[in-house]
Amino acid sequence: MRAYLDHAATTPLLACAREAMLDALDTTGNASSLHTAGRVARRRLEEARESIAADLGVTPSEVVLTAGGTEADNLAVKGLWWGRTAERPQRRRVLASRVEHHAVLDPVHWLGEHEGAEVVWLDVDALGRVDAEQVAAELARPGEVALVTVMWANNEVGTVQPIEAIAAACAQADVPLHVDGVQALGSIPVDAGLPTTLAVSAHKLGGPMGVGALLARRSAPLAALTHGGGQERQVRSGTADVPGIAGFAAALHETLVDLPERSPRLASLRDELLGGIAALAPDAIVNGALGGLDARLPGNAHVSFPGCEGDALLMLLDAAGVDVSTGSACTAGVPEPSHVLLAMGIDPILARSSLRMTLGHSSTRADVDALLGALPEVLERARRAGQVRVSPRLAAAVRDGG
Amino acid sequence: MRVLAAMSGGVDSAVAAARMVAGGHDVTGVHLALSRNPASYRSGARGCCTIEDSRDAWRAADRLGIPFYVWDLSEAFAAEVVDDFVAEYAAGRTPNPCLRCNERIKFAAVLERGRALGFDVVATGHYARLLPGPDGPQLHRAADHAKDQSYVLGVLDAEQLAGCAFPLGDSTKAQVRAEAAELGLAVAAKPDSHDVCFIPSGDTAGFLREHLGEAPGEVVDAHSGAVLGRHDGAHAFTVGQRRGLALGQPAPDGARRYVVDVDITARRVAVGPAAMLEVGSIRATRPRWCGPPLLGEARVGVQLRAHGEELPALVRADAAGFEVILDRPARGVAPGQAAVLYEGSRVVGSGTIVRDPG
Repeated sequence: MRAYLDHAATTPLLACAREAMLDALDTTGNASSLHTAGRVARRRLEEARESIAADLGVTPSEVVLTAGGTEADNLAVKGLWWGRTAERPQRRRVLASRVEHHAVLDPVHWLGEHEGAEVVWLDVDALGRVDAEQVAAELARPGEVALVTVMWANNEVGTVQPIEAIAAACAQADVPLHVDGVQALGSIPVDAGLPTTLAVSAHKLGGPMGVGALLARRSAPLAALTHGGGQERQVRSGTADVPGIAGFAAALHETLVDLPERSPRLASLRDELLGGIAALAPDAIVNGALGGLDARLPGNAHVSFPGCEGDALLMLLDAAGVDVSTGSACTAGVPEPSHVLLAMGIDPILARSSLRMTLGHSSTRADVDALLGALPEVLERARRAGQVRVSPRLAAAVRDGG
Repeated sequence: MRVLAAMSGGVDSAVAAARMVAGGHDVTGVHLALSRNPASYRSGARGCCTIEDSRDAWRAADRLGIPFYVWDLSEAFAAEVVDDFVAEYAAGRTPNPCLRCNERIKFAAVLERGRALGFDVVATGHYARLLPGPDGPQLHRAADHAKDQSYVLGVLDAEQLAGCAFPLGDSTKAQVRAEAAELGLAVAAKPDSHDVCFIPSGDTAGFLREHLGEAPGEVVDAHSGAVLGRHDGAHAFTVGQRRGLALGQPAPDGARRYVVDVDITARRVAVGPAAMLEVGSIRATRPRWCGPPLLGEARVGVQLRAHGEELPALVRADAAGFEVILDRPARGVAPGQAAVLYEGSRVVGSGTIVRDPG
């Protein structure tokens, strides 16, 4: 029996989502067709959209269905940029936090490099939090700002951002705010009415992969990125993935019903995990904010183990039957020091010593026990391997640093 | 055994890993990321460190059903192999970076790290054999002499050899490709990699110019000292080289001219007839013994470059190195290359060829 502790990467499919998808899979019909088969598909599609909208407190027309969170983020960042600069070319500034997921980070970089956007990177504190007052200060000349983008909760360290305050500052300045809500939705309460656009993903909350949505206010000046048949408010053409969307709606509904019970359960399981780690490895350092659901995602544990390399820990835990992550992006599997940890001012060597363990709907005490049971031997081996001089520059930095 | 299979993304290392799996071992695949900024795709048959290669290795591991990881050794590789390569050329020598990588990276950092993580051996797709001997495993030439890679492994000591596995040593390349195809490995027909992996363009002279700058100087006749032409940098020349001299005028006797000496300090490249390339004895330093050290005199075979032939010789060894007295003179012996000593098919050890003091 393996222990899966990587719910931030993806989550097991919920039975209700599976049923909804199976139910829709064998139905022929393009939701854009006018005949009976099309009407059957369209009915499923629109009922799923209405369910998603009702669960999130928005209107159905504000649900733009996409092929996932990354697409939703791209649509928001680039779509708002082109929409806003088309209205007023003076709007050249894009405010973005330094700890965004690559699905936001890379489009923002791209706008800077190819579209002449002037990117203002919003700093974070040692816990990974954006300062809402800095956002307000940067909005002093709102006529120059195209958009602001800040994630609801961070995918690596689980830090929850002060979205309410940031949304208020943006509303005050009348500047659109995009929020990447991929990690937050299904973990903590999310008020979809706060931002101008909110990106969400189905597979992070027990739904299928390849489905997501951009919740976009009717007034959001979104330019289309995908042109074609004019589906999804003309901003995201393409035949609707009816089974996937039906699975998404079912998973979202059940998740939000369960959330009041689940969040505290996961938080206390997570705290047991952190307590167990602290007992086994007193030198371990927890990264990110500690506190309630307004501070950190309940299922997130992010820990640095000095003297160990994160990829060695991952490999040893994998061999011991426990799935965890180093939490950072990979180029062909090569671990890079995380931009999130670096932005939080964490030393690059310590950053590479980190593991992310994330709990979700299927997590149990047995998963936590499996990790804690494997950890002593894993740490011992990883520490021994950490002494091998595979990286002279890093080793020199460690030596010089103390 | 717990086996760490080093998987480059090529067919050889994939089949090596497959054979360890078939042998009932607990195998984990690892791809060594050696380049800091890997190119996305392979271009032609050069290099081995692109993202595409990493993906190929990943796919092979998935197909074999073994865990797979990428280890970032780019910093160690840059410091131990690339910097050394440049420094050796800057000093007028011709290094072999593959030997260096085997000695310092693959069977040092990787093996050591693997052992710490609980692995018993590192398995690679090198064509060479390990046979049991009285003092531990002995390194031997591969059964397929055309593919034999024991030369580049001649730097491994007994301790390192005890942590190696070369599952392809008894096979031919054709057998390995056929086996890969049978296993459904997508790399079965992938072309072999050649040349220096960190110079994907294959333009060593250009790479050196980039790192060492231009250092123009004279091309002179080794006998008369007469200036025959000019060059952009002496480090781009290797003893025995004939191409790229661009001397314009032919030798008076019409014979082909070769680089016979490279003097980096004077930026002088000396050329002469083939006969001048002949050497009867070679001095090598930095000895590495693949088993008990050789001391005193012995009859051996010596190989002086990666795909060179084995030459019969007498070797006199001491702690600092060895001298090889060749039965018949050899041509084009470049300082910096390794002299690898053989006793029958067994690799005795190696040393780095130094400039003849005479």
